Amino acid sequence: MSDIPMQDVTVVQAPPRAPRLRVPPMVLFGLGWLALMLLTAVLADVVSPYAYTALDLRNRLSPPVFMGGTWLHPLGTDELGRDVLARLIYSIRMSLLIAFGATIIGALIGTTLGFLAAHFRGFVEQVVLALVDFSASLPFLILALAVLAFFGNSLTLFICLLGLHAWERYARIARGLAVSAGSQGYASAVRQLGATPWRIYGRHVLPNIASTLIVSMTLAFPEIILLESGLSFLGLGVQPPATSLGSMVGYGREYLTRAPWILLAPALTIVLTTFSVSLIGDWLRDQLDPTLR
Amino acid sequence: MTALLKAEGLVRRYAMRRGLLGRSVEVRAVAGVSLTVERGRTLGLVGESGCGKSTTGRLVLGLEAPDAGTVAFQGQPMSAPGTVAWRSLRARMQMVFQDPLGALDRRLPIGVQVREPFDIHGIGTAADRPARAIEALRAVGLRPDQAARYPHELSGGQRQRAVLARALATEPELLVCDEPISALDVSIQAQVMNLLVDQQERLGLGILFISHDLRAVRQVSHRVAVMYLGTIVEEGEPDAVLHEPAHPYAQALVSAIPHPGRRGGRIVLQGDPPNPADRPGGCAFHPRCPIATALCAQEAPLLKPRAVDGRLVACHVAHGDALPGAGEVRRAA
Repeated sequence: MSDIPMQDVTVVQAPPRAPRLRVPPMVLFGLGWLALMLLTAVLADVVSPYAYTALDLRNRLSPPVFMGGTWLHPLGTDELGRDVLARLIYSIRMSLLIAFGATIIGALIGTTLGFLAAHFRGFVEQVVLALVDFSASLPFLILALAVLAFFGNSLTLFICLLGLHAWERYARIARGLAVSAGSQGYASAVRQLGATPWRIYGRHVLPNIASTLIVSMTLAFPEIILLESGLSFLGLGVQPPATSLGSMVGYGREYLTRAPWILLAPALTIVLTTFSVSLIGDWLRDQLDPTLR
Repeated sequence: MTALLKAEGLVRRYAMRRGLLGRSVEVRAVAGVSLTVERGRTLGLVGESGCGKSTTGRLVLGLEAPDAGTVAFQGQPMSAPGTVAWRSLRARMQMVFQDPLGALDRRLPIGVQVREPFDIHGIGTAADRPARAIEALRAVGLRPDQAARYPHELSGGQRQRAVLARALATEPELLVCDEPISALDVSIQAQVMNLLVDQQERLGLGILFISHDLRAVRQVSHRVAVMYLGTIVEEGEPDAVLHEPAHPYAQALVSAIPHPGRRGGRIVLQGDPPNPADRPGGCAFHPRCPIATALCAQEAPLLKPRAVDGRLVACHVAHGDALPGAGEVRRAA
């Protein structure tokens, strides 16, 4: 018996570490909804029953099916006879692009600047903190108005601008957590192994603080959707004939009493999407933490 | 042959601010420490909390730059922290931390973390690094299947073994252990210390063993240095220093070791624990010293060999420059 090599014994002893992945029903719903939204956005040209600018002047303000309408326009039409479902589908594509793009840009800028501040300290840190305070104290709407008025409106500029919306939050979080990780514990241990700053921040600090950043992103995501709605409502966001969830809501507001379906469909989509993102973010944070598994 | 590590006159000051508008006060955490670590030998560094032991450890590793003094590793001066030369030197000098859970990344399995030194210093090919990591784990008595465990799934002793495996992965020549056992159970402490001694024999390590546990230091050290308020007050063979301490502070420290069956004979120091921001003049220990004389309040004693047996002591009385006083200096002054 004693001749059995050590490896064989230990392999047998190795406990089966089957990852138990039990997804709660609410998260399942969130994942499903978000998948549906992403599919809709990607396949907008295929699934849309009409072009989003197509007019059907004989069926203006026709109600949706469940309010006594016809299957010709399942979610009804607006006052120009444009199909609400078609507009909703293209709005989802536009809004998801803006919200995801802006959230990711904001997280990238903020985390990078936060890490730079934590790594170099001194002057760099002061500059970053001054920018953070500047950004936090300036009403974002005024900044947005100024930028859009000076540089005109394009989708790329609009997404980048919204990306600046919440970057200071990520910067603060990333800086604070990186400083505390660097002064004691794993980051200083890896530093004294001779690791480059890339490895320390990319491989160790970032995964460790990712849960906080992800929660912050799930909070920023709905805010950006709502901000986009507000700016679109002011005529500074997505320009007609292009459409977004926010501009649909702003536009449908005028027909709230006569044709509430114009507003309700995009509003419900905003609520469900932001809700799903929050649910998934919360669940993801727990899943990414091996100590909570 | 040059010593593995030679530190000369290390000084490290910190600025500390008192209150909202207070002046910043200079704190000398390390006030002129010289020490030498030889290959295959262990230097134990003992002293109470806040006496500058850990700072000394960080200084000799080059993790912090000293304000004065030099550190030479194999005769070469230490490069500035963060430079490429400094980073590549990390493969040859490593540190073991007090809190193994804090020193390990809790999001990575320990196998991956033990592999990191190979990745960082480009040792071996990417294909054989996992096998090398397993080998490093095996060398410290961890099972290969534990490589897949996360730090929180291991016991305290196993974590410290993992930290040791990571530190020894590159086969360094110098190991600084900063209170490596004080966070462990007594039964585990012995295991980790035996492991250290075994690894020292295997690799010919020079070890700087920092601890406040005198018995642990005596068990692993070839030489012992006693620190008080940023300076070394006595240095010599562990048995000699810990049996017959020459410096009054070392005497008090040794008498504090609990002994079964001993009655009395314990030296209880007077006064407050030392404050590095407010160093007394002369010998730093004189306000608490039971045998202080007038000379002690005026002139700081140098660390030099005692005439009788050549042991390094920094005390006027031990050198016979002054007759033992009654420690009345503090009240008289």
